[in-house]
Amino acid sequence: MALAALRREGRRFAPMISPRPITALRSSPLAPSLEDEGPIGVRYISTQVVRNRMKSVKNIQKITKAMKMVAASKLRAIQTKAENSRGLWQPFTALLGDLPSADVKKNVVVTISSDKGLCGGINSTSVKISKGLHKLNSGPEKETKYVILGEKAKAQLIRDSKKDIELIITELQKNPLNYTQVSVLADEILKNVEYDALRIVFNKFYSVVSFVPTVSTVLSPEIVEREAESGGKLGDLDSYEVEGGETKGEILQNLAEFQFSCVMFNAVLENACSEQGARMSAMDSSSRNAGDMLDRLTLTYNRTRQASITTELIEIISGASALEG
Amino acid sequence: MLRRASMLLACRPILAARARPFSTDLPAAPSADATFTEAWTKVIPNMDPPKTPLSFMQPRPPTPSSIPSKLTVNFVLPYASELATKEVDMVIVPATTGQMGVLPGHVATIAELKPGVLSVHEGSEMTKYFISSGFVFIHANSFADIIAVEAVPLDRLDVNLVQKGLAEFTSKLSSATTDLEKAEAQIGIDVHSALNSALTG
Repeated sequence: MALAALRREGRRFAPMISPRPITALRSSPLAPSLEDEGPIGVRYISTQVVRNRMKSVKNIQKITKAMKMVAASKLRAIQTKAENSRGLWQPFTALLGDLPSADVKKNVVVTISSDKGLCGGINSTSVKISKGLHKLNSGPEKETKYVILGEKAKAQLIRDSKKDIELIITELQKNPLNYTQVSVLADEILKNVEYDALRIVFNKFYSVVSFVPTVSTVLSPEIVEREAESGGKLGDLDSYEVEGGETKGEILQNLAEFQFSCVMFNAVLENACSEQGARMSAMDSSSRNAGDMLDRLTLTYNRTRQASITTELIEIISGASALEG
Repeated sequence: MLRRASMLLACRPILAARARPFSTDLPAAPSADATFTEAWTKVIPNMDPPKTPLSFMQPRPPTPSSIPSKLTVNFVLPYASELATKEVDMVIVPATTGQMGVLPGHVATIAELKPGVLSVHEGSEMTKYFISSGFVFIHANSFADIIAVEAVPLDRLDVNLVQKGLAEFTSKLSSATTDLEKAEAQIGIDVHSALNSALTG
């Protein structure tokens, strides 16, 4: 309001003032379009642009803060489930050990990722590890296929490994995750994909700020037999008596399938937790950045505003003194 | 340059010694991981190799020379760990070949389970669960891992619903046309008759 009054005063004296050369203002960081020339030589910088920018940054900050809260509440809900499911894969590893370096012909890499974005770098890490496993297991007569869970990994892997992708599954978290859903999924994968070894790549949830990329290996019964015969890690598998069923092979087949569904269940839950945790920290740093940006813009705004007031005053006073003197 | 090299050599063992006391779960058998990590670092040098489940597990104790007095049971479900390293006297599991009693010192076995009653005997008390099939691994060191998909204590089962379900699936079996439907109906009948005998027997 004061500015408007000063502007009016300035315009009253305006006919006496000759148009000043507008050099100083053009060198300012603000774009030339910000300068506005009044009727005769009265100029002020528009603070409108800075104000608009401040409004939009503040809105973004509010949105990211809200997203962080939502992610925090979702994380709480799913973290208990994930921790309870951690006991599920341990008996299998205790019995069959873990052989990520088993040499097999048909590898299938199951990459678990999220559907939604804005969750930091976890999906890129999973994809990088999957590509690394592909490279690691490449050789004569060896092939690696991908089974992708989640939109984000699909977008990244479809670019250069399109011919290696067997199955793509998305919208996993539409309904709350449960074992039945995951076992149906596991069944689909086992039916449609030939495998000697399944390597499941996911992000294990350590804490809200730490997610570790992990790969769990599930071997097919034939490979298990082969490794057991050759001794080494699975050497004492033969010492286990197998009860029930007609043949040992049948039980081992059921075992491999059950192991796959259990490991998948845990992996999917852990990845969901990691996704929410990563989203929390991404949104948190985004809010903080928005806050910093807002501070800087406020300073610029105030400086601009004060500069224009000062300019007005100078013009008026010099105009008035020119009249007197 | 020589001073720095000697400083590095001095620092390395100190770091290694300090790292150990703070790690709560040491890897059980790093040898498998070692081959994997080596192969990984050769092919993909600029990324850390991913972790494997072995590094997250508590190592199991080796087979003792004499038969231990108690059986250590881990009973896990997808939603919870019912019993985690609990020391009991005996468990009776419903294997596909019939009820199997497991005592400490049982021979190492892998058995598939059918729907039935699992009972855990600890001293004088006995807890019964109805489980919907799974697997049981009995290790030589008197550790038993029971993995089931669903388990409910027997008092949560409703007799009327069981009878109704049994009748429903029997009728479904008689009206089933495809093999898939027949198999599904048969599974339903098996589970419900097991439930029935669990409640009555």
